[in-house]
Amino acid sequence: MTSWQVIVRARRGELDLDVTFEGDEQPIALVGPNGSGKTSVLRAIAGVLDLRDARITVGDTVLEDTSAGVRVPIEERRIGYVPQGFGLFPHLTVLENVEFGLSTGKNPLQSEERSRRALQMLSELNCASLSERSVKHLSGGEKQRIALARSLVLEPAFLLLDEPLAALDATLRRTLRQFLAERLRLFQGPSITVTHDVRDVAALGAQIVALENGRIVQQGPLSLIQQSPATEFLAEFVGAD
Amino acid sequence: MRGGSWRQSSLTGIGVLFGVTLAGLLLLPFFALAISTPASDLLEGATHPLFASALLLSLRTTLTSLSITVVLGTPLAWWLASSSSKTARVIEVLVGLPIVIPPAVVGVALLQTFGREGLLGPALGSVGIALPFTEISVVLAQIVVSAPFFVKAGASAFREVRPDMLIVARTLGASPPVAFFRVALPIALPGLLVGASLAWARALGEFGATLLFAGNMPGRTQTMPLAIFYALESDVRLAIVFSLVLAAVGMLLLVALRFLPALRNFMRGGNA
Repeated sequence: MTSWQVIVRARRGELDLDVTFEGDEQPIALVGPNGSGKTSVLRAIAGVLDLRDARITVGDTVLEDTSAGVRVPIEERRIGYVPQGFGLFPHLTVLENVEFGLSTGKNPLQSEERSRRALQMLSELNCASLSERSVKHLSGGEKQRIALARSLVLEPAFLLLDEPLAALDATLRRTLRQFLAERLRLFQGPSITVTHDVRDVAALGAQIVALENGRIVQQGPLSLIQQSPATEFLAEFVGAD
Repeated sequence: MRGGSWRQSSLTGIGVLFGVTLAGLLLLPFFALAISTPASDLLEGATHPLFASALLLSLRTTLTSLSITVVLGTPLAWWLASSSSKTARVIEVLVGLPIVIPPAVVGVALLQTFGREGLLGPALGSVGIALPFTEISVVLAQIVVSAPFFVKAGASAFREVRPDMLIVARTLGASPPVAFFRVALPIALPGLLVGASLAWARALGEFGATLLFAGNMPGRTQTMPLAIFYALESDVRLAIVFSLVLAAVGMLLLVALRFLPALRNFMRGGNA
């Protein structure tokens, strides 16, 4: 069981971010109003932000510890990050997108091994048939799967998903929510999913961490938040259809 | 109603007339140029000793200035696109200055900078370097007038690269240089090519700044536009041959720019 801890204090424009939370392999759903700092938390864990004061550990690995002067570069953190809009590389095909992470770093794989692993991952996500397509013309659901495949093929130590279902229409959302929940179960590693939809939380079986104005206002299982939501936003969030 | 539709159609008529007039004004000179010279005169012009030397000088200097522009301008364009600082915004406006300033003024400014009495002149002179009226001064003038086109187009091309894509590239194991060369640069490439083409065309046509800063010396600083100016006084056929060559190059560039995206798609296997 991998446990992890995130302590982050940083200033991002108007936002004063100050959060401390921890977990294990149970998925975390990060919720909160727009501008509450959800994406900033993911980026802090990924190593993109300059943090005033932070300690981020995953298992035995210290990714960042400002007091000890430790800051592991982004490319060595083994973080799987799927941003809003998926961030696929438009100049590459589906297969080249998934292969990208296998060709970087100190020990890039041989081209044949790269294709083999990328295709394997694509077939696991039922999209091997898309491999030669340009990513520009994929549907939202296809993009989501490819972005997920691109992260998962590297067997990341920590998976960060920023509103992975937001760009999809209602029907597709339902299908892909089940798909995502299934994949996260198979992944068996720590993950944080930013979402605006309580149905995502339920499907993922996630613990909620609720953020407002850069602070954690409540955390716990969905049932707890439903019983006694700490803020107006959370009351609306869990009460939503 | 009838009056309204009459007014409308007469307005349309005037619009068409205006448009056709301008289009004619733009195209007629090139038509006249193309039909003005019999083939025998063309041949004579093309074998004139001035022709080869000016053509070679133009190619050599413009390819040099373009290479320098691309090497120095790409990092500048990238910085302008990715920085949100006030300094970057100010620099971005100032970099466009040579586009709106007359080339003759750029020539005088270059003399005031690199000339014997200029800002850097004495320092350069003390190490035995005199730039004005040399091939280097031709290249310098071309860089100053053409680089802004590349930097402007480059900056807007790099703005197509969403910051998230670079973050993802980093999380996928790419160091910052690898993320730049394998993600940012390929995404911006079409825009950079357009910028490079515009810059090259501008450098190839450069006249005013070169005339003032580099002079008009056959074989040394006389590029094709300067040779046209020179030839007009002695042999108009030569001037026309030069003009036709430059017009043809411009035409080719225009066609290349128009078909660049299609060509790129084709080279990528034309996948949908």
